[in-house]
Amino acid sequence: MRKRTRPAVMNGQISQRTFQRLLALPPPLRLRTFSILNRPPPNYAGHVPLTLVERGALALGSAFGSLRNPHRHDLIASLGEATAKPYFISRLRKAMLANPTGRRILRDKPRITSQTMSLEWLRQLPDNTVGRAYAAWLDREGVTPDTRDQVRYIDDPEEAYVMQRYRETHDFTHAITGLPVIIEGELAVKAFEFANTLLPMTALSLVAVVRLKAAERKRFFETYLPWAVSNGLKAEEVVNVYWEEELETDVEVLRARLGIEVPPDLREIRKVLRDKNKADMAARDAKNRLGAGMGV
Amino acid sequence: MAALLPRATKRLRLSPTSGFVCRDCRRSFASSIRHGQQQQPAPSQHVFQSDKTTHFGFETVAEELKASRVRTVFSSVAANYDTMNDLMSLGIHRLWKDHFVRSLNPGIRLTSTNTSSPHNAAGQTILDIAGGTGDIALRLLDHATTINRDTATSVIISDINPEMLAEGRKRFATSHYYSTTTSSPNRRVSFLEANAEDLSAIESNSIDLYTVAFGIRNFTHKQVALQEAFRVLKPGGVFACLEFTPRLSNPIMNGIYKRWSFGAIPLIGQVVAADRESYQYLVESIERFPSQAEFAGMIEEAGFIVPGKERGDGGELEGGWEDLSLGIAAIHKGVKPV
Repeated sequence: MRKRTRPAVMNGQISQRTFQRLLALPPPLRLRTFSILNRPPPNYAGHVPLTLVERGALALGSAFGSLRNPHRHDLIASLGEATAKPYFISRLRKAMLANPTGRRILRDKPRITSQTMSLEWLRQLPDNTVGRAYAAWLDREGVTPDTRDQVRYIDDPEEAYVMQRYRETHDFTHAITGLPVIIEGELAVKAFEFANTLLPMTALSLVAVVRLKAAERKRFFETYLPWAVSNGLKAEEVVNVYWEEELETDVEVLRARLGIEVPPDLREIRKVLRDKNKADMAARDAKNRLGAGMGV
Repeated sequence: MAALLPRATKRLRLSPTSGFVCRDCRRSFASSIRHGQQQQPAPSQHVFQSDKTTHFGFETVAEELKASRVRTVFSSVAANYDTMNDLMSLGIHRLWKDHFVRSLNPGIRLTSTNTSSPHNAAGQTILDIAGGTGDIALRLLDHATTINRDTATSVIISDINPEMLAEGRKRFATSHYYSTTTSSPNRRVSFLEANAEDLSAIESNSIDLYTVAFGIRNFTHKQVALQEAFRVLKPGGVFACLEFTPRLSNPIMNGIYKRWSFGAIPLIGQVVAADRESYQYLVESIERFPSQAEFAGMIEEAGFIVPGKERGDGGELEGGWEDLSLGIAAIHKGVKPV
């Protein structure tokens, strides 16, 4: 005999049981209970709880702002935070929890700043180590680990840490793939990160391809995008690498373990092309001058 | 690509089922944030000698620190100040400032009856407080020169913050009021870095018109600033203040206005100026400012005569100010008795 289920709504009021069931739903599914003027207390230092409208506006504003001015990395950061919920950052956290190293990272919650990563020590490591490659990349590109903004707009503290960890290890991804900080290199790394972490901001930032010159765009679609997608998908989750422990590992060994191939050196390609262009221009100038002198 | 699919789908299969975070993990992230930050602990946690505190937005800070905190806020907003004003008020701040200056009518219009007076030949001396970027000063000089044909009136722009003054200098560099030669008799604008509560660089009874636009809510001791204003003004001189009000009288409009203030303005600050905190402070400081009636009372207490005031039924001051845009901003005036 089928059990007769009581209707949830009787006389326009929900029963006590339904009410308890509603409360037991995970937070994203419950109705949002705060407004701009009644924000809940922060869950961690620097936390700013945003309503859905604010988050949407932040996402739109950050997207257009960072497209107009790609040097505003704080906008790319806030775009990431505004678009990471409801599904993607939770998925990334679950991916960390599914991996033993990821679980250790979530337990220890290490942070990467210029305090915790001593560049002097890294520089004197042997040449083929991850730490040396990281220090060399930082020096080559002229950046420091302190340029990363704090996560503010993600409500759950552990998910906020996952986002912060992703942000702080972004430079390591650059270091082991050798891609530079110019827009071309950043787009290649973002494409790789999208295939690897599925964060929406990484995919959205690929819109910046419109800012590339034609030759750069061609290079991107022919070489770097296929590299990024295939490597991002087949590699292990880069967010699960405990970088603080891998500083003295050989880079090749780490790359083999993760399943990442090195893409063609972008700075070299550009330098070769630039030198070739300069040589061509010089030759053309010389020919013109010669031609003018001879009355041709 | 087919070989890559299993891993990709494995990634997608990880679906979040619960947002539960145990208390220890929650606590440890909070401490990892603190560890990651290399900032000093908030000044409000320090106990100073005097232990006197005041509000800094919704925060409570020691009185000694408020001025430097305000200075920091304005150093960071100085570069984008005018753009941000346009975005926050949707351009309406220009109308407010134009009306403010027009209603003051600076400059002496020489007519057949007053041409001979030596006072008028020297022009008015106007002091624009917290006038860093020079919005009001430029309008004052333009009005005096163009409408009253007074080329002698001069303005002293004073601000506590050197970056804001630098923006003001930039604005005036292209105008004909400020020439870069040191000994120019035509200089009609000068810059003074000072705290409005201590204008000892200015003599008593020397200023014809004292203006402060959108500055006084940042002062630590507003009554002290009002007393300094009283001191430097000549008898018969005018004190004029344009400032935001803490709430609108219409509750529905107030609801909309507050949601714009606390929601949109810090967001615009984040997107345009990369600085949510400063704009959060600005909207909180508006909230903390006394109401129009209270502020008019403070002006009277400093010794000014407040024009147009009446005592209402509840003994409160009424009519001693002018509301702008449904009460979002208000102009307060006071006259130093002769």
